Amino acid sequence: MKKLTDRALNLAQTKGASYADIRIIDLETQSIAVKNGIVEGISLDTSQGFGVRVIADGAWGFASSSRLEPEEVDRVTALAVQIAKASALVKGEEIDLGPPEVHRHTYRTPVELDPFQVSLEQKIDLLLACDEAMHRTKGLAVAEGNMLFIRERQTFASTEGSFIEQEIIETGAGLVATAVSEDEVQKRSYPNSFGRHQGTAGYEFVERYDLLDNAQRLGEEAVALLSARQCPSGVTTLVMGPTQLALQVHESCGHPTELDRVLGTEASYAGTSFLTPEKLGSFRYGSEIVNITADATVPGGLGTFGYDDEGAPAQRTPLVKDGIFVGYLTSRETASRFGQRSNGTMRADGWSNIPLIRMTNINLEPGDWELDDLIADTDDGIYMEMNKSWSIDDKRLNFQFGTETAYEIKKGKRGDLLKNATYASMTPKFWASCDAICNEEYWDVWGTPNCGKGQPSQSAHVGHGASPARFRNIQVGVMRSS
Amino acid sequence: MLGESKVRERIERILSLSKADQTEVVFIRESEQLTRFANSYIHQNIAKEDVELRVRVVVGKKIGIASTNDLRDAALQRVVESAMTVASFQHTNPDFISLPEPQPIEEIDGFAESTAACTPERRAQAAKSICVPSREQGLNASGAFATRSFEYAVGNSLGLFAYYPTTLADLRTVIMSDTGSGYAAASSLDVGDIDAESLGREAIDKAVRSRNPVDISPGEYTVILEEYAVNALMAYLAYMGFGATAVQEGRSFMAGKFGEKVTGENISIWDDGLDPTNLPMPFDFEGVPKQRVDLIKKGVAMGAVYDSYTAGREEGKKSTGHALPAPNTFGPFPWNMAMEPGTETKQEMLASTEKGLWVTRLHYVRPVHPLKTIITGMTRDGTFLIEDGELVAPVKNLRFTQSILEALSDVQMIGRETRMGREAFMENLIGGTRAPALKIGRFTFTSATEF
Repeated sequence: MKKLTDRALNLAQTKGASYADIRIIDLETQSIAVKNGIVEGISLDTSQGFGVRVIADGAWGFASSSRLEPEEVDRVTALAVQIAKASALVKGEEIDLGPPEVHRHTYRTPVELDPFQVSLEQKIDLLLACDEAMHRTKGLAVAEGNMLFIRERQTFASTEGSFIEQEIIETGAGLVATAVSEDEVQKRSYPNSFGRHQGTAGYEFVERYDLLDNAQRLGEEAVALLSARQCPSGVTTLVMGPTQLALQVHESCGHPTELDRVLGTEASYAGTSFLTPEKLGSFRYGSEIVNITADATVPGGLGTFGYDDEGAPAQRTPLVKDGIFVGYLTSRETASRFGQRSNGTMRADGWSNIPLIRMTNINLEPGDWELDDLIADTDDGIYMEMNKSWSIDDKRLNFQFGTETAYEIKKGKRGDLLKNATYASMTPKFWASCDAICNEEYWDVWGTPNCGKGQPSQSAHVGHGASPARFRNIQVGVMRSS
Repeated sequence: MLGESKVRERIERILSLSKADQTEVVFIRESEQLTRFANSYIHQNIAKEDVELRVRVVVGKKIGIASTNDLRDAALQRVVESAMTVASFQHTNPDFISLPEPQPIEEIDGFAESTAACTPERRAQAAKSICVPSREQGLNASGAFATRSFEYAVGNSLGLFAYYPTTLADLRTVIMSDTGSGYAAASSLDVGDIDAESLGREAIDKAVRSRNPVDISPGEYTVILEEYAVNALMAYLAYMGFGATAVQEGRSFMAGKFGEKVTGENISIWDDGLDPTNLPMPFDFEGVPKQRVDLIKKGVAMGAVYDSYTAGREEGKKSTGHALPAPNTFGPFPWNMAMEPGTETKQEMLASTEKGLWVTRLHYVRPVHPLKTIITGMTRDGTFLIEDGELVAPVKNLRFTQSILEALSDVQMIGRETRMGREAFMENLIGGTRAPALKIGRFTFTSATEF
């Protein structure tokens, strides 16, 4: 491998690059999907290739290929330099990467049970048993279960002298029960929405979430939602479950703190950010109990790794401290504009894409409440959990989210089940209304395996630590029912 | 380009290696170049090349799938072995009937050499033609210009072989002032059809006119939706219910409604993979020729799209040629949709509107209640207040929460021009939606934002 990386880096410099790096990736994926008692898909997929990123004439170029052969490495490297020189035809400020990042290291996701060593038979049997348990409830239309296992072997080398090898292993699993009536479609997911929950871990991750113990409940809840009361419209207290709060953190804190987005480089696609640079260090993002941290070192998180895709080490960085906005997610190039060092968030979707600033694990730090106490302390409100619908404006201010399930809270006690729950607010107003966060007993890092960004679009695997929390005076029941 | 004969050779090699009862090979090669600009300069510029060989083996009614991006002989052998291993662990799928038999496939010339050979220098010049006039007007230009070439092929052990090389050029730009923004986009097989200067002018004009937007209360308004916005509605309608899987599972707004009126009589929507104006694709990912499918005709729900698996679940039904790559639990999808244009111009729609809103495009659209086709999202890049037949002021962006079918039941005027749209979730399919502008009587906005 070193021969190929040296070949690319030397050629890039010969062709006129002032900086170059290369990433070589070998990706192995195993996926299993079960639906209504039928194993609808099992797939073993492999993909390998490399990408070369260069700076030439003060501008960026990137090229990649699936053919890992010396001649192709030469062609792709030369193409990356040619592209960089074309970029220089419409050039901005000179690129400054800041001080060199020189690391020679290896990193491997710690796993207890290699998921690729667990038999397909065992995995299928578990999903089929869950399917059967979900279907025990009369009236369930669709039961789905899936598992996904990923092994990504990466080699990163740069002209600054870095040579980093990583093996990232991910495990994901999830169940979805869908009930249908003439005018309603209701679903319940476990452990998380978006099909599954996922982390950097081995098969122990699947065992930890006891899919089978939760499957029957899921079917029952989906069917019960069909005849549940419509979530009322109004302004009330909202208690939010941990997986919905993970999505809330993702959309309203994770994306707006991406510094490339703040500086306008995503403007033509997903947009920009309300967290503009003059707000750094002084803007009140939330109430004093709101602390949000980017942490690529938390064990098992889906955004956990050793080094990012430009060779910066994984780090833990505060984004919001005591409610004040204090930090961005940065790359080497964007950090240097603020006189800082990268906090290690540049990540690419596979070998074929250029790294972008991506979330790692963006975590709402736990508070000190017990959930029962929090409910008991709430006179009138609604508890909402598990994302079903999400939309936010292109500066990440105005949002409207919907959840799979909700129940009313009356005089400190759980009341009726509610369907089609939605809530809407503006990001700083919403976080300013947070007055209680549950403790670490309720805290977990929830995996989001489908974070979209960039052109060509890239999908990132990120995590969000969260425990239930309470928000006051929130608009709920936004959906127009006709 | 590998070329038809080499692609056929690889597929036949895999078919000869397989000992399964039936075997299918899907071949996809993509070469993509994309130049991205922001703050009026190029900040990302890439080229990538990848192939995928996806092998589906059928043993009895047990199905195994494996894929690789390595075309060397040893890898071909491995991918067949992997698929067979998967099949050996599989359970019988009673709903599976057979891989498709060969059928004649219409020949389409969908390949533009100028697109495949487009250089980074040419894309840079296009970016420059948008960035320079933007800078001159104190505006901030951003966008992406992609040129892509593809080879799609499907072969199976029943003798089916289909091959289609094609290209795609796609330019989108957002131009921003301190307080407003404008948008323009175009897609074509041929990069020569993409007029970057003209798109730049369109977005610059909108950005200039969007400066200093005023507040407006959410509520119900008459709206003129430009083609960009209508394309988004069509794409999400398809996502929520034009596929047979959602219909069969009762999750679609079309379920139980065939033959009934679901929109106004002035609305017709169809899917046609052979339409040369809509990035054609003559067959699907099972090699089945694409059929034109009327989805909604004169307001009446007519049909859904099928792959061979969903067709097998209904007696007498045949695949309409809308399979996505296996395995997928989503099911078939229409990715060459069009809405019938009308006779009016947007200026005529404007002149006829006493009070309303003009919406350039929609942002971050998501389903809220698929069965009622309720979606939410934001307006973006040019929203204006209409009074007495004129645009009187730009307004701050609004959030809408609206049933698409209700909106399509209240269409008062339909534009005579159409434009193509490619929603982000359709980016990896050759196709898109082609829609006219619409004037809609009532459209519900539920909140506003600060810009």
